[in-house]
Amino acid sequence: MKTYDAIVVGAGHNGLANAAFLAKAGLDVLCLEKNPYIGGAAVSLNLYEDWIYSNCSYVCSLLRPEIYRSLDLARHGLQVTPYGGGMTFMENGDYLGAYWDSETRYKEYSRFSKHDADAYERYSADTMRQCRFIRDFMMRTPPDPTSFKPRDLMELMAIGKKFYEMGEDRMYDTVRFWTQSVAEYLDEYFETDVIKTALSGSGIIGTALGIHSPGTAYVLLHHYMGEVDGNVGAWGFARGGMGAVSQAIANSFQSYGGEIRTNAGVEQILVKNGKVTGVALTSGEEISARVVVSNMDVKRTFMKCMDEKDLPEDFLHRVKNFKIRGSSGKLNIALDGLPTFPALPKGSPLLDGDMHFIDSMERMELAFDDWKEGTWSKDPYVDMLIPTITDPTMAPPGKHFMSCFVQYCPEKIEGRAWTNEERDAFGKTVIDQIAKYSPDFKDLILHVEIRTPQDIENEAGLTEGNIFHGELTMDQLLFNRPVPGYAQYRGPVKGMYMCGSSTHPGGGVMAAPGANAAREILSDLKRQNTVPENFGDD
Amino acid sequence: MTIHEVPQKRLTTPFYPRLTELDRLNNWHSWKGYTSTDALYDPELEYFAIRNSTGVFDLSPMTKYRITGPDSLDYINRLVTRDMNKIKPGRVAYAVWCNDQGQIIDDGTIFHLREGEYRLCSQERHLPWLVSAAIGFDVSIVEETAEVAGLAVQGPTSFSILRTLGLSGIEELKPFGLTHFDFEGSELMVSRTGFTGDLGYELWIEPAKALALWDALFEAGKLYGITAIGTHALEMARIEAGYIAAVTDFLPAELTVRSGRSRSPFELGLDWLVDFKKPTFNGRRALAEEKRRGSNWRLVKLDIDGNKPANHSYIYTKKNGKRIQAGFTTSAMWSPVCKQNIAIGTVNTPYGNVGDTMQVEIYYQREMLWTRVMADAVVVDKPFWDPARRRATPPGNY
Repeated sequence: MKTYDAIVVGAGHNGLANAAFLAKAGLDVLCLEKNPYIGGAAVSLNLYEDWIYSNCSYVCSLLRPEIYRSLDLARHGLQVTPYGGGMTFMENGDYLGAYWDSETRYKEYSRFSKHDADAYERYSADTMRQCRFIRDFMMRTPPDPTSFKPRDLMELMAIGKKFYEMGEDRMYDTVRFWTQSVAEYLDEYFETDVIKTALSGSGIIGTALGIHSPGTAYVLLHHYMGEVDGNVGAWGFARGGMGAVSQAIANSFQSYGGEIRTNAGVEQILVKNGKVTGVALTSGEEISARVVVSNMDVKRTFMKCMDEKDLPEDFLHRVKNFKIRGSSGKLNIALDGLPTFPALPKGSPLLDGDMHFIDSMERMELAFDDWKEGTWSKDPYVDMLIPTITDPTMAPPGKHFMSCFVQYCPEKIEGRAWTNEERDAFGKTVIDQIAKYSPDFKDLILHVEIRTPQDIENEAGLTEGNIFHGELTMDQLLFNRPVPGYAQYRGPVKGMYMCGSSTHPGGGVMAAPGANAAREILSDLKRQNTVPENFGDD
Repeated sequence: MTIHEVPQKRLTTPFYPRLTELDRLNNWHSWKGYTSTDALYDPELEYFAIRNSTGVFDLSPMTKYRITGPDSLDYINRLVTRDMNKIKPGRVAYAVWCNDQGQIIDDGTIFHLREGEYRLCSQERHLPWLVSAAIGFDVSIVEETAEVAGLAVQGPTSFSILRTLGLSGIEELKPFGLTHFDFEGSELMVSRTGFTGDLGYELWIEPAKALALWDALFEAGKLYGITAIGTHALEMARIEAGYIAAVTDFLPAELTVRSGRSRSPFELGLDWLVDFKKPTFNGRRALAEEKRRGSNWRLVKLDIDGNKPANHSYIYTKKNGKRIQAGFTTSAMWSPVCKQNIAIGTVNTPYGNVGDTMQVEIYYQREMLWTRVMADAVVVDKPFWDPARRRATPPGNY
């Protein structure tokens, strides 16, 4: 029987990126996927006629440019187009527009407050400073602060040096920033409710926390540190939907001789004498390999796909307590035409970007209150985009695809499974909220896919449908991600590795966890490293 | 319900209609959201108008704040590093203000319009900083950029033009003085200030009277070579005068992302603006500490050999017989009036003392081909262009 050098479990973008870097180094690699299609949560699916749905992740920014370049993703078909615009609709009929052009933004903010219009520059510089501090660590393995290995010490010193270089006052700011709530952070700059609200959304996306919860300022940063062609903070659409990201990585992987098998769900990662030997598929088939890499989140990996007896008790305990709570759902909608929004002037370029329908910090917090009560937000925070305004490939001409990321949405309703009626009612909540600002919206709907966290878990495999494979709070970042002592991508069993977003630096279609894990694996196997270093200062 | 949309077009200043009439080039750029001209017919000739007759520059987009109230003097004294007690009503002060780390947030001019009434002009916008610095002071701070139109009237014949305009008593206005006139029922404020290092004035008026003022001014100046100019010409004069410009020669501290990229007043050669006799002002403690232990950077004015402008050049020095990098230029040009190759730059201390000879690495292109030269550069302390007429009161007729 053939023994692979490595098996990667899960053909999400991180699994594929990991597999690609291993194959690039000359390893014989097999990537297994339970679904009939690859991509995991970076996927394009054809769910209605000629429409292509980005039915999980929907925008692209964090994908590390170093990976984009070294896996030759452009040649393998990936094209990312940035978008501008976006707005927050207000209950009084007005809206707050988001403009890239700094003077237009100044004028727009000035309508509400000249103070806030000025303050944006400082807010932006302060946020960018934090971004620069953390960005350099995206393509690096987090050091273990308890280790005395030279490499850990060197890396710790690198972090310390960078921290020290920020200067005294900014070091204080950094520590506050990492522990503060997004609401407190924004309060330091702005006085206008709707401006704060518009900026606060990035602090809670994918996180089971409210805007007033400590730790959410960092989540905001996580959404700012991406880039499109060096424009830090910019977001873009992958042409052809988010599946184009996974497909390009898969093409790259295959160009290095890698092998992908779909409809090949892994039942268990096999361990013998404390060492990984391969995997058993749900079909009963066993495949042997010297290394097994899990692209699944840590809970799914260790609690569903491994024998608990093979794992250290303390490790398992920490995995069980890893926070990976379901907080968001999704609606994917096929539209017969472009909905009109009477608050906006005709042909407004703001439609290119993400639209929001909550205009106060109070409503943001109330949305979280519903989640705490064990139900979906009755006035949810919706991050809505119509990618087909930019991307001509996802729907027939004149028709549109709409992606609605919805927060908050619990994994269970009051502790029990969702009923179909509740799922429909959840969908109606979102559609009604949008329809309040777009009278013709409902009539244009051709098809709706409603996804609760449970649906996302069942299909994409994300525990509780958590988009980041675990929340991005300080207790679960860097050397604490996913579990203290196991942050360097090595599992507790020899030959077993983790490469999903549960590992540093977390989720968001970055592909950095997959790449970083590959670097560690290649180092253990004494193979030449194929994983690029980060581009450095920019 | 009305559908709102914020205008995305650049704003125009109150003088825009006259500028467009004179404009032959259609060369415009954005200055804080306003359409501003690079040059109207020829940047070099516009520059010579500043040095030979009079250039008129529309500075309406300059950010302006009105500071009033019983505590306005105390407030401004706390805000800026220099002693504002000395700036009586009718006087203008160049000033910098710092954050608590002693790093410059911006520089600007403060006009003491009347007792307890000030106008602060700066390149960048600072409302949140000015407002938070005002906590505990009984002052009002109002942004008035769009409410005041401004013209710089700069050059040797500027005095004659303003006298012809009928501004009686203008001959007594000293450098950094300001005075008020009536202009068609509106208040016209005239200050003897400018960014050119030459004889010159700035005129400030409400926007409704802007065009009337322009017309009267150009009528008064038609025998004195009055010429509308753009930013390019002003920038040349600015460098010759040895004035630093925000964003070009230093970065406002609050906008820097990387550490060590902001500057203290000492690092920009503005020691004379820092008055430690004042018991409190923003940045005092940090600046006192810097004074004690020394600064990291030093601003230098360079007189460079040859005639190739040293734009974006490294500055080198000799250390133990070896050439090492000491800094970089931030503004550079061939000065037509001084017939000198000049630059403003930043170097690491202890290099760049006045009288030192440094080296500048200059790249220049002729018919596609790039050439590199290393030129000697002497550090000078005086402005490159500093004619006696700039200070003469009463000014000459020229």
